[in-house]
Amino acid sequence: MADKTQLQYTAEHEWILVTGTTATVGITAYAAEKLGDVVFVDLPAAGTTVALGKVVGEIESTKSVGELFAPVDGVILESNQAVVDAPELVNSDPFGEGWLIKVSFEVLPTFLSFDEYTALVGE
Amino acid sequence: MTPDESGTPAVPTDPPGSDASTPDASTDDASIDRLSPLHSVHVQAGASFTDFAGWQMPVRYSSDLAEHHAVRTAAGLFDLSHMGEIVVLGREASDALDYALAGKISAIAVGQAKYSLLLSRDGGIIDDLVVYRTGDDRFLVVANASNREVVAEQLRERSSPFECEVFDESDDIALIAIQGPRSYEILSQVPGIQADGLADLGYYWSQTATFGARGEHNLLIARTGYTGEDGFEIYSAPDVAPALWQALMDTGGGSGLVPAGLASRDTLRLEAGMPLYGHELGLDTFPVQAGLGRVVALKTKQDFVGREGIEAGPAEDARVLVGLRSDGKRAGRAGYELFASASPELDPPEHPGDQLAGAAVGVVTSGALSPTLGYPIAMAYVDPAVAAVGTDLFIDVRGTRVAASVVPLPFYKRETA
Repeated sequence: MADKTQLQYTAEHEWILVTGTTATVGITAYAAEKLGDVVFVDLPAAGTTVALGKVVGEIESTKSVGELFAPVDGVILESNQAVVDAPELVNSDPFGEGWLIKVSFEVLPTFLSFDEYTALVGE
Repeated sequence: MTPDESGTPAVPTDPPGSDASTPDASTDDASIDRLSPLHSVHVQAGASFTDFAGWQMPVRYSSDLAEHHAVRTAAGLFDLSHMGEIVVLGREASDALDYALAGKISAIAVGQAKYSLLLSRDGGIIDDLVVYRTGDDRFLVVANASNREVVAEQLRERSSPFECEVFDESDDIALIAIQGPRSYEILSQVPGIQADGLADLGYYWSQTATFGARGEHNLLIARTGYTGEDGFEIYSAPDVAPALWQALMDTGGGSGLVPAGLASRDTLRLEAGMPLYGHELGLDTFPVQAGLGRVVALKTKQDFVGREGIEAGPAEDARVLVGLRSDGKRAGRAGYELFASASPELDPPEHPGDQLAGAAVGVVTSGALSPTLGYPIAMAYVDPAVAAVGTDLFIDVRGTRVAASVVPLPFYKRETA
């Protein structure tokens, strides 16, 4: 599990771990908790070109549907097949094994810091 | 991540809280943040809360799936204290209810319960409710939380020609439900509950009981529920509810009893094919469309509110409620449209030249990936032409048409001895 304080965040409750020109993306524990038990995850195939702010996937719980937004302009390097096979990973380890996609990017937008995100969700 | 635009509750301002998404629940802002007498018990148990008809109620304690499965295999404990309880009392109470409601209430015996409907004059459904006859001249009417006021008001108005009185006792009654195959085993062993003859209490019957070392607290225990399992609903005074809840948990914890929230309650009732007000039932719905024609006592009683509307009936092509089953994991959700073909290009021009070509043939009212069955299920209103069991339809799941077959309701039926 990644160190939450070192991650970057979006107001759409996604976290981003930047390593070189790769962004690993997942949803926050706060979002996972609000969704409830995740039962289905639809993720983009490797090689898909994605645009910042556009919907690239879906996260469904028994009662709700969340959309996954691309946090950067880029190309999907990998989707987490383990989460597709076992969607409950999003609930059990949202910042670790529950990661969703890895995206290569050239330009990194400004994200929220851990403190800013924590303030946003009030927890 | 943000939620889609399908009308499901939003993250993060509104947790995805089961039936909390009923329109009437979210627009009732007259009494925001009402708390159950069990609120602190839920907080201690780590519950997440959702706003439901102005009440802060537990949506889940840990996992809605685990809570759902516990009810199917062992037992779950629900706080339903937000429900409305209205007492009708007096010499002509049964006549008043025969006139006010769709069913023949005078026909039920003391101790018996009956599922019924409060109809509008036009025959639409104002609320669905359960009526308990707790005495010759005394009835307890249990209404949906969001409809409590309108039900009390309508009962008062409709019973005014009769010799009886109507009391809204919702604030003085707490309601705890224990649901699941081990409910009886647990309930019968709770120290302090005296309920003679509980083993023989039939489905949709109720009895009085007591709770406390000296039998000092009165209970009404009913063998009713909203999960498709055996179970009981226990009415008590609000100040008794925390000790009663604790006693049930202490007794049942070793038997697999878990506290269960509204999210699991919604998937349980959906599997059991039970309608939810605001989803399957509403003012624009005739009982017969919802498969509830049998609830309306057209033949066995005289005048009642809604009779004329019911006799006129819905239009011949009015949509009817069906069950849908899909493969895969993607569930239809409330509000998603149904089509007869797999893609818009294939939609038949049923009325050549006019704009109805390719029109939706129905709409989903509730849907989820069924935790018990493992495949997506939904209830939907569809055109009569496509309502037959076995008909293949397509749910527009956020732009993708997902195949679904019309199947009989309920989706899930427990094995009974």
